[in-house]
Amino acid sequence: MPLTINGRDYRPLVPPHASLLDVLREALNLFGTKKGCDVGTCGACTVLVDGRRINACLALAAAQEGRNILTIEGLEQNDGLHPLQQAFIDNDALQCGYCTPGQIMSAVGFLAEGRSTDHAVIAEAMSGNLCRCGAYPNIVTAISVVAGRPE
Amino acid sequence: MTPFAYYRAQDAADALASAGPHTAFLAGGTDLLPLHRIGIAVPEKVIDISRLALQGVDVSAAGIVIGAASRMRDVASNPLILAQFPVISQSLLASASPQIRNVATLGGNLLQRTRCAYFRSSDLSCNKRTPGSGCGARDGYNRAHALFGTSPHCVATHPSDLAVALVALDARVELRSVGGDRKVALEDFYRLPEHQPDRDTIIDPRELLIAIEVPAWDGPSSYVKVRDRASFEFAVVSVAAALRIEAGKVRAARLCAGGVGTRPWRLRDCEAALQGQPAGDVSFRMAARHAGGGAAVLGHNDFKIDLLEVTVVRALHNAFGAV
Repeated sequence: MPLTINGRDYRPLVPPHASLLDVLREALNLFGTKKGCDVGTCGACTVLVDGRRINACLALAAAQEGRNILTIEGLEQNDGLHPLQQAFIDNDALQCGYCTPGQIMSAVGFLAEGRSTDHAVIAEAMSGNLCRCGAYPNIVTAISVVAGRPE
Repeated sequence: MTPFAYYRAQDAADALASAGPHTAFLAGGTDLLPLHRIGIAVPEKVIDISRLALQGVDVSAAGIVIGAASRMRDVASNPLILAQFPVISQSLLASASPQIRNVATLGGNLLQRTRCAYFRSSDLSCNKRTPGSGCGARDGYNRAHALFGTSPHCVATHPSDLAVALVALDARVELRSVGGDRKVALEDFYRLPEHQPDRDTIIDPRELLIAIEVPAWDGPSSYVKVRDRASFEFAVVSVAAALRIEAGKVRAARLCAGGVGTRPWRLRDCEAALQGQPAGDVSFRMAARHAGGGAAVLGHNDFKIDLLEVTVVRALHNAFGAV
């Protein structure tokens, strides 16, 4: 099964019913993408496919051939953190950190959608990502900072 | 987890030629994969139709045609849809999460299975999942369940927001098989559960939902969804409203409700009560009183009648306010 992930080509040996999430974690050791609910509710497995944010747990890996998959491991630019990664650290936008890769990938996808970035829009746009620690206010702040609209 | 084979169809004809009684079509996969994981969908072969050219919104003689493999996000932001059918865009944006809307297709949205907790829990009885096992919800916890169209065998609601908007607009679905095409009113596409709740629709497993036709509507429209949290949740009650107003009077009204029926539920008594009336709060409230007619409450969902009435009023005001 040929897959292109973070600019690299892989050929994992996995069954045709495997989800993209299971292939990332179990076959390719890309553990940055987290498994929370495995039914598309929590968003911990959010990755970008051809620039659009999706739930890797709801994606059939076999159907992703030829598409560009970006995971949290591929987000660093020029050996430095992505601005959203830095903003999450600077604004204390996490507690336990389990949902954080999914939150950041979702935020990258959201900013690429080019929508308004006031706080209400961000909160609605991030509704596919749950945080059991309740770090939501700081997550919204971190995204606002990168969008150029700090409080 | 039962394994399946995977086949990527080259075009619609190839997909149909590959289909059989034990195959499933995969478009977005956002409902099929969870159903497979819990053993409700057990196809021997999955036919990937996600790359077929069944996408986009086009103007037709009678209105618009939407390709069934169009993604929810793309249709929600389509300029034609936003200009002529805000109720469709609003219903899509009130559905699921951004991640799911980026992948899920309109055809898949219309074909999604119910969110009834008894259906989705393999250790509870459900005639829709396991025919003959009984309906756990009818005498169980049925706050989320239907008021209309129920049978002794099933009280599950239809979960789609989009379907509610489309039934209000008298949309039709185009179905294709190796034998040819047929067009069916979306309302009739959905079956009432009756004695066979395991069959949600009249589609054959070897048939493909190709397109959705929406007749032109030269008036404002609106979708109001009431849910237990502000976002990423299925409807407790929802209402799609479309109005035609001339000289301050309602020339035509279309109303359909979600979260209350075993299929999207047209509120024809409310529509009739609005006909010819002055557009405004008094008429809207009078008409909404008909919304609960024929409701069969189950014990925990009785509140939905009052909620439905006020949601009808809100949806009419939202549409009217957009004139």
